Amino acid sequence: MDIIAQLFAGLSLGSVLLLAALGLSLTFGQMGVINMAHGEFMMAGAYTAFVVQGVIGDAGISLLVALPLGFLVGGLLGLLLEATLIHRMYRRPLDTLLVTWGVALVLQQVARDVFGAPNVDVRAPAWLSGAVEIGGLALPRTRLFILALAIVCVVALALALRATPLGRRIRAVVQNRDLAEASGISSRGTDRVTFFVGSGLAGIAGVALTLLGSIGPTLGTSYIVDAFLVVVAGGIGQIKGTVIAATALGLMQAFFEYSTTASVAKVLVFVAIVAFLQLRPQGLVSVRTRSLA
Amino acid sequence: MSDLSPAAAQPETEIDLAAAEALLGTDTSRFRHDYLEIRGLRVEFDGFVAVRDVDLTVTQGDLRFLIGPNGAGKTTLIDAVTGLVRASGSVAFGRTELLGRSTHRIARAGVGRTFQTASVFDELTVLQNLDIAAGARRGPLTLLRRRPGTPEAVEHALETVGLTALRDVPAGVLAHGQKQWLEIGMLLVQDAHLLLLDEPVAGMTQAEREETGQLLRRIGSQRVVVVVEHDMEFLRSFADSVTVMHQGRVLAEGTVQEVQNDPAVVEVYLGAPAAASDGAAAGATAGAVTSEAATSEGELP
Amino acid sequence: MTVLNALVRPGRTRTLAAFGLAAALLLLAPVVLSPFRLDLLAKFLCLAMVAVGIGLAWGRGGLLTLGQGVYFGLGAYLMAMHLKLADAGPGGVPDFMLLYGTGQVPGWWEPLRSPVSAILLILVVPAALAALLGWAVFTRRVRGAYFAILSQALAAAFAILLIGQQQTTGGTNGLNGFRAFFGYDLADPVNKQMLYLIAAGVLLVMVAVVRQLTVSRFGELLVAVRDQEDRVRFLGYDPAAVKVVAYVVAAVMAAVGGALFVPIVGIISPADVGVVPSIGFLIGVAIGGRATLLGPVLGSIAVSWAQTSISEQFPSGWIYFQGALFILVIAFLPGGLASVAGTLRRRPAVAGLSERSPA
Ligand SMILES: Nc1ncnc2c1ncn2[C@@H]1O[C@H](COP(=O)(O)OP(=O)(O)OP(=O)(O)O)[C@@H](O)[C@H]1O
Ligand SMILES: [Mg+2]
Repeated sequence: MDIIAQLFAGLSLGSVLLLAALGLSLTFGQMGVINMAHGEFMMAGAYTAFVVQGVIGDAGISLLVALPLGFLVGGLLGLLLEATLIHRMYRRPLDTLLVTWGVALVLQQVARDVFGAPNVDVRAPAWLSGAVEIGGLALPRTRLFILALAIVCVVALALALRATPLGRRIRAVVQNRDLAEASGISSRGTDRVTFFVGSGLAGIAGVALTLLGSIGPTLGTSYIVDAFLVVVAGGIGQIKGTVIAATALGLMQAFFEYSTTASVAKVLVFVAIVAFLQLRPQGLVSVRTRSLA
Repeated sequence: MSDLSPAAAQPETEIDLAAAEALLGTDTSRFRHDYLEIRGLRVEFDGFVAVRDVDLTVTQGDLRFLIGPNGAGKTTLIDAVTGLVRASGSVAFGRTELLGRSTHRIARAGVGRTFQTASVFDELTVLQNLDIAAGARRGPLTLLRRRPGTPEAVEHALETVGLTALRDVPAGVLAHGQKQWLEIGMLLVQDAHLLLLDEPVAGMTQAEREETGQLLRRIGSQRVVVVVEHDMEFLRSFADSVTVMHQGRVLAEGTVQEVQNDPAVVEVYLGAPAAASDGAAAGATAGAVTSEAATSEGELP
Repeated sequence: MTVLNALVRPGRTRTLAAFGLAAALLLLAPVVLSPFRLDLLAKFLCLAMVAVGIGLAWGRGGLLTLGQGVYFGLGAYLMAMHLKLADAGPGGVPDFMLLYGTGQVPGWWEPLRSPVSAILLILVVPAALAALLGWAVFTRRVRGAYFAILSQALAAAFAILLIGQQQTTGGTNGLNGFRAFFGYDLADPVNKQMLYLIAAGVLLVMVAVVRQLTVSRFGELLVAVRDQEDRVRFLGYDPAAVKVVAYVVAAVMAAVGGALFVPIVGIISPADVGVVPSIGFLIGVAIGGRATLLGPVLGSIAVSWAQTSISEQFPSGWIYFQGALFILVIAFLPGGLASVAGTLRRRPAVAGLSERSPA
């Protein structure tokens, strides 16, 4: 039974990581841009849920409203960031990391000044309270909801990338920016849309996180490092890799935590990732290109 | 950097063969037993076979040219020999098997190469570029000290490739042809016994080609040299022997004469529409490869 | 001397002059500053040591290391553990362990009882960790953003580990309340002044070391590796080895900074070593000019000073200010303030350049 409980804990953690990392892998994959403010976009999504609940009151409806609205808020923040700063820095990916870190600091402080430093709570809707009993095991409904939400997001993103013209453009740019541009795809436009979608996914992740506990201005920082590890281990520009890596990291963390402590588990996961990169330096799934000689 | 206009920084440069003599020396015994022997070489990229069943033997003193239409696998062959891509088969340099070694070990075994797009350290000066190339065998204590003066070999190399006056200029501001010369100079101070040059004269003027050819011929008389080139006129003037590649295989091999008259080669260059439309060597056998074609080739990113 | 040359290898006299000036200023400080200000400056100097190392690894070597807090923290915690044990006396148990722990000193603390082995460990442990991680990562050609992310994750894991081990590391509170430094009473202002002088001296030595590394052939090689790692390989070098050296040197400098930080500031806690402070170390380096010699030191001291004075008056103002610095400096002035100075100096250098070329 214990094994199954750990398995569920791992999958649940994995789904949270996946939500956090999905958008990141899109923006990192497409532009090689490391957006350290991604976590703060999640935080913005979470506060969106908080504000929406304050206005609407009903926890169920407000959650359903907050999800798309969180997407929009995250997406618009991302768009703004891309248009003002990131687009002028595509040739300096490492520097982008530091610039977006600055943005993250500012956003955190804005949240602190607007909403106060203490954490706030968003009520979960009644239909998500309690747990589902399966074989004597209590699976919290909120966690199941997040798991489902992650799956929906992955499927929606995969479909969008595969089936829409926009998605095809994004994939083309991810795989070969210069060639795509030469064949008439506006990489400027594609970049913007990608950034919008990727950041929007962060917003959704933030809304989902409100179901797991209280939220605060530093919500993003606690997830961003793990989300980046997922992207690194998963390989760039591939949803498949991100999904596998998020699941694996979640499971590892859960099982290590079970056999040691939470903090030691973190270290072990880190060691495991470095060891894994010994085998596959490019991550799990990687698009091979002719490397610069 | 932008205010350093290359034009202002560049006097006429010339290859100095006398200096090359001083650098290369008359001692050929060191190189007498050098040869490159490739057997059954195969390189695959995710299912696409870029090089297959290649056998190639090049001995010291034989200036070998490697030609073939775009995508024939010439650069990939060099990549395989220098450890940049994984390959199967065997690549021996003298008694040393190169396949399976890491790139820097291969370089230490005496194999040097240049790149299709000249590749030097832009922020370092010409002198520093050469000094680094000369120094792979330096011990840690030498590395941790400042360069005392200009090492003799570096001095000779500077003169050989005509960059003495520009020694303190960042390599990034050099003209394209000068960068290619700098790379050749780096090969020389590196003391490579096997030199693989990927389109070394692309983008050079006629006079520069001529000088470069003389220098390569001088090096080739001593060491094992393989030159990838599209320019047929250059080839006819300087090649001792030629290997033609096509679609990853060796198509023909022999003297310039023999290769030019080989029906299979004529077929590839004249018959196959794909290759012809590339402009790579449409009129190669007729000897009419335009220098524009070669130029645009060399400047591909 | 060309432009780049002038920046890359400043003339010997100019450097000596700058070095002498810096030394004189540092020696003058105890005379002019109040004990409180001097203490602050000593703290800033410790943080500047981390910056010197980052200047080498990041500015010259292109290794964006977001986890220097780990090495800073290792040095600091090792020193703090030694001071705690020394305070407790031979065979004694540090006070916080009696409060939260089992009242027993864990075995892995014991090597830190002796001052000599404590100092050795402060140097060796961070160096070994950096060498191990660097080797594992660089030989597999994990670089750029991947390396940055891994180094950041290391900082996160380290801070979490420290917090989790309340009984043996003091947890969130960290270690504090040190009474003496190698037998010298820390309450005595004279000893505080001595600590300041030690910090100043060590910092100057570090700057000299980095200068030697930069002007040496190794320094040229490091730049070559930064700009074209693959090309270097074809010349017969192993770029991983070059990077590991730079990374280890940076780690040791951070560790020494941390070790001196402890007696000077009197506390070390996970808040000083996690993700946020680790990235914070970078901004001073960037402002001063990441690829210059003195830029990281001056930038770091200036930022520390700004942090203290701004957060004294507007607590939230500092975060906005720091965020804005990251955005503005990195996006619009990537060469740091040194590059502004560089542009001013550029014109004569260019003239020199064209003079050289026979027209
Ligand atoms: N890393 C790689 N991944 C996938 N395909 C590759 C890779 N490197 C080379 N190729 C392919 O292998 C084939 C041979 O390429 P190569 O560059 O060796 O040709 P080449 O003879 O040097 O041509 P050119 O005259 O244009 O330089 C080409 O079809 C190329 O697209
Ligand atoms: Mg080629």
